[in-house]
Amino acid sequence: MIIKGKAWKFPDHIDTDLIIPARYLNTSDPEELARHCMEDYDATFIKKMSRGDIIVAGKNFGCGSSREHAPLALKAAGVSAVIAKSFARIFFRNAINIGLPIFEAEEAAEEGLTGDQLEVDTREGIIKNLSQDKVYQINPLPEFIQSIIALGGLKEYVQEELKRREKDVQYGEKKEL
Amino acid sequence: MVGKTIVEKILSAHTTTSNFKIGDILKARVDFAFANDITGPLAIKYFQETGARGVFDKRRIGLIPDHFTPNKDIKSAEQCKLLREFAREEGIENYFEVGKMGIEHALLPEKGLVLPGDLVVGADSHTDTSGALGALAIGVGSTDLAAIMALGEVWLRVPPTLKFVYSGKLNKWVGGKDLILYTISLIGVEGANYRVMEFTGEAIRSLSMDNRFTMCNMAIEAGAKTGIIEPDEITLEYLRGRAVRPYQVYKSDPDASYEKIIEIEVSKIEPQVAFPHLPEKSKPISKVGEVKIDQAVIGSCTNGRIEDLRIAAQILKGQQVHPEVRLIIIPATPEVYREALREGLLEIFTSAGAVVSTPTCGPCLGGHMGVLAAGEKAISTTNRNFVGRMGHPQSEVYLASPAVAAASALAGRIVSPEEVI
Repeated sequence: MIIKGKAWKFPDHIDTDLIIPARYLNTSDPEELARHCMEDYDATFIKKMSRGDIIVAGKNFGCGSSREHAPLALKAAGVSAVIAKSFARIFFRNAINIGLPIFEAEEAAEEGLTGDQLEVDTREGIIKNLSQDKVYQINPLPEFIQSIIALGGLKEYVQEELKRREKDVQYGEKKEL
Repeated sequence: MVGKTIVEKILSAHTTTSNFKIGDILKARVDFAFANDITGPLAIKYFQETGARGVFDKRRIGLIPDHFTPNKDIKSAEQCKLLREFAREEGIENYFEVGKMGIEHALLPEKGLVLPGDLVVGADSHTDTSGALGALAIGVGSTDLAAIMALGEVWLRVPPTLKFVYSGKLNKWVGGKDLILYTISLIGVEGANYRVMEFTGEAIRSLSMDNRFTMCNMAIEAGAKTGIIEPDEITLEYLRGRAVRPYQVYKSDPDASYEKIIEIEVSKIEPQVAFPHLPEKSKPISKVGEVKIDQAVIGSCTNGRIEDLRIAAQILKGQQVHPEVRLIIIPATPEVYREALREGLLEIFTSAGAVVSTPTCGPCLGGHMGVLAAGEKAISTTNRNFVGRMGHPQSEVYLASPAVAAASALAGRIVSPEEVI
């Protein structure tokens, strides 16, 4: 997959309260969450950005609460990917599970600037900064996580697993007969 | 053969994979899983979309509407209704209605539903609290919880462990909250990312369960996968009469391998105050300077237990809250509330001019029951002081222990308990 978009730069430790403030968590409607995405960091972000844009952030992106509303708000706002120096672990899981593309790439995150045109080639594992004419490697993901992404998310993995278990049960019963 | 840490032993007991090493991904059996009124509705939606015919075990799931309850507005009421109806349809035994509901991370240990040796997974970042019982307790999001409800298992990356050894004797007014704030200030808010923080040493062994819960609760504020303390006599005493099922005590081997061992001498540690807007920005109370406050909050999954309230009462007894301060005290569970009533603590609080709330997460995340206006400052026993955490993005939260919060409520500015007692 190739993801192309314009960069928006964020600093270290962007927490989930900044991504989606808790006062909006009385709903889980993605469109409504998207309207308040990043509101307490920059209330104009959601108006300035366009669908397909890419967030470039420092370390520990998504720290704080376990609210899956954070990656959901980003995804529904049209953020096509997040490139960061590092991710907080629950945000990392949540993003993979709901299918928001995230990439750990220290140099790409360090050097990328707001307005840069970026291109992520997920198959090759590289990020291109077209504005700066630079190419960076993405830290590869563990195989199991890649398999979840390939299925489309954790929900799809669970569906497969439930089917497999059902088959095992049927087979088990036959054997007993 | 190299010894194992408590976490490696618990993982071994919950997976069919043998000889795993740090960084490997395992599928592990879950002993108890739970969600609240924020994370639960999404988890239920995803669970239903998987087409699962039912939850993996009705006794091993908890649904606790604790964040925006008693329902603060119509949307919150709808979310709670969804949780309640799902619990009824699926026959989930551990649904806690308002009146029986407490803050999840205080309630579940109190009810004996999470136990030593368990793999506990909760859709809330402060799930790590139960690590104080010697459980492996890990916070996740809603989709992970949906998968667990369907399958009874979770995928985990085997984490490295950082060992913290606390030696020496605690100073007066210094407790679990100060130790953990100090520790986070040492390693930073991502100092333990993807890692386990194992708290050990003589100073930990001398801590009560309530103080241990406070420490493990905030391991996530250093980015940790969880915090854990191996069970001892104090743990077993706490569990007597509570545990709903048999449990297994695991301890780390003396020759277990750690990524790093950090030694901390506690006699040097003063009461701590974490300044806005990160929990790592702690200062000793003697270096705080002049910080006037508008509100003080004593409660939350971090510090809403009976010992927290006892310390607050010790400081507030016979005194009056500063006329320009609102002091909000929130017992974490109905049991804590009733005990505080029996001991006369609620009388002390209300006579001092504090307000006592029903159990709720409420103000900790700027939900209700004490939201801040622009420019206001609060001292709070909660766990996060991010921008906008307790209300307006231009408000400020200072994190501290119940002792410092109570003393500051009297003084109208952040002070040491020594100044008011």
